[in-house]
Amino acid sequence: MFNPAANLKVDRRDGKLAMAHFYVAFTALAIGGLAGLLQTLVRSGKFELPAGIGYYQILTVHGVVLGLVLTTFFIMGFQLAATSKTSGTFTKKQRITGWVGFWLMTAGTVLAATMILLNEATVLYTFYAPLQAHALYYIGLTLVIVGSWVDGAAIIMKYAEWRRKNPGQPSPLLTFMSLVNTMMWIVATIGVASTVLFQLLPWSLGIVETVNIGVSRTLFWYFGHPLVYFWLLPAYMAWYVVIPKVIGGKIFSDSLARMSFILFLLFSIPVGFHHQLMEPGIDPAWKFLQVILTFLVVIPSLMTAFSLFATFESFGRAKGATGLFGWLKKLPWGDARFVVPFIGMVTFIPAGAGGIVNASHQMNQVVHNTIWVTGHFHLTVATSVVLTFFGVSYWLIPHLTGRKLTKAMNKLGIIQAVIWSIGMTFMSGAMHAAGLLGAPRRSSYSEYGGAAQAAEWIPYQVAQAIGGSILFLGIILMLYIFINLAFFAPKGEQEFPVGEAADEAEKAPMVFENWKLWLGITFVLILFAYTIPFIDLIQNAPPGAKGYKLW
Amino acid sequence: MHMHKFEKAWLIFGIGSLLVFLTVLGVSAFYLGNQPPSCLATIDPEKVDTTAPFNEPGLKKVEGKDWDYELVFVASAFSYSPASVEVPYGAKVKIIATTKDVVHGFEVAGSNINMMLEPGYISEHITTFDKTGEYLIVCNEYCGVGHHMMSSKIKVVK
Repeated sequence: MFNPAANLKVDRRDGKLAMAHFYVAFTALAIGGLAGLLQTLVRSGKFELPAGIGYYQILTVHGVVLGLVLTTFFIMGFQLAATSKTSGTFTKKQRITGWVGFWLMTAGTVLAATMILLNEATVLYTFYAPLQAHALYYIGLTLVIVGSWVDGAAIIMKYAEWRRKNPGQPSPLLTFMSLVNTMMWIVATIGVASTVLFQLLPWSLGIVETVNIGVSRTLFWYFGHPLVYFWLLPAYMAWYVVIPKVIGGKIFSDSLARMSFILFLLFSIPVGFHHQLMEPGIDPAWKFLQVILTFLVVIPSLMTAFSLFATFESFGRAKGATGLFGWLKKLPWGDARFVVPFIGMVTFIPAGAGGIVNASHQMNQVVHNTIWVTGHFHLTVATSVVLTFFGVSYWLIPHLTGRKLTKAMNKLGIIQAVIWSIGMTFMSGAMHAAGLLGAPRRSSYSEYGGAAQAAEWIPYQVAQAIGGSILFLGIILMLYIFINLAFFAPKGEQEFPVGEAADEAEKAPMVFENWKLWLGITFVLILFAYTIPFIDLIQNAPPGAKGYKLW
Repeated sequence: MHMHKFEKAWLIFGIGSLLVFLTVLGVSAFYLGNQPPSCLATIDPEKVDTTAPFNEPGLKKVEGKDWDYELVFVASAFSYSPASVEVPYGAKVKIIATTKDVVHGFEVAGSNINMMLEPGYISEHITTFDKTGEYLIVCNEYCGVGHHMMSSKIKVVK
């Protein structure tokens, strides 16, 4: 459908705002990637950290910098660019809002990072109480969250403006998706912001002496699972909307894409207990209820898988492909913008299967807190999502900087993804295998007093170090491509690919834009899943826990 | 809103499989009693050493209960008490554990025994040791600088 607000090119001023986010994101990739490499080397048992740097300190760096900083900055930059492209240039007020959000997030990141480097916050990115970090660490993380809300406000303002100017029209698909992810993020982060502001911060400042552990963990995981969908949905944006245009096909269905995003909004949040299955203090019936809600995201995931492969097959057949799988050959296997996210998509099949194991109530006992879990999310976020983000960068960075992705960089991008896949097969594969044998996650090298079982884990840890080293090569290559696209690639026009729907004539139902309805159902589901067990955790709470600094 | 007939078939098959899967989990949990450890009892984390049964960690024979032994563990940074324990082969044992300081894990490697230990809460798991051998217990939740040194042993003997 014709959308006069859409820009052919993202406005230069909005581009600068998005690029600011990407500079921080890729700096985070460099630092966090190095930390990851060091971890795998230490855990192989063949290497020790110099200068008294602790394993858990660099583990904290790795988690915070990659899990929170890289993802949040990249996602916000991408969503701002996508909104500006599809709904029109930001107004001055909207853009300033975006910059305020950016600087708040950056200030928070610097504050939290400083505390980690001073060894005042070696509590990992999950900061489980009663390990007690320096107050400034909690303040830093709060600023990152609040900054992301302000950043998100720019997207919400733009969306509201577009709807005002186009009454009765469904919003542009990429704006719609950015908005859903932003709203999901805001609803989810209320949980972590609550535990930090009302429990951990006063406790770390000495205003209160103890903290309610059950409540704090529940608030954290109320946020912790939607966090992973916040990472995933921007990848879905690229898969649903960008990839069809890159290959020269059409979006399978605009309406179904919107429906799957709405389902993610509803079912991403009331599911945190599946991270707390092994915990005391929560009735197993409530855990099981949240397990069921967790599995409902299978539905939009199946819809997504169907849509993507339907797009690929329709495109291939339109090009004259025959036979059951002939259409596969017609796909543009030499185009990094397609191949790199495609590897991400394929990885999501084993990644999702592992996730089903993790969330399966009693089956979680086999793998909980083993390194299997680390292997799992290195497939989901560190391959499916991250490779898609890299694939997006290959056109978005030059689009925003007024440059072009050259043939050489395109080829390097594909090589990068292949290196990544090889490294991850070693690392994640070895993590899954060692986890099934019982090797714990988040642990430095240990022979556990010469135990026979622990000795079985060590060859897998060596394989993880080999995989980690290959992945680090991939990171160096990615940083090289990023710097090239940001500063050195030849000037030119690089397209921002936005697909058109195959069912263009069919207007998406306006009910998808009814936020009172969808946010209403979201809150009802949250209240249903959490109210009673949460009251239990408060009413039947044991004496609170004092803070400890055990590093 | 139009949905392709293949997509309908795909979703019906997918949702159908999901229902079967969730039914299996549900029957296992509520009918066979395979629930994840979810003990609701609490304790004052400052008084663990003086509160029964944690004042006497280790294996104890019990009478008149559904299990033959109670195996009590107290975790603290960075060790478990007892540091090693022998359990008779074939014994049905209730493991009862808690922590005196921060959150710890309690995982018997190579088994399904896996639970979180959180200050103020008691964690329990009932199991039958039907394989002889030495099992390593590891802390699988980060608890501080000595986390990876924190372990204990269960020896299942005939």
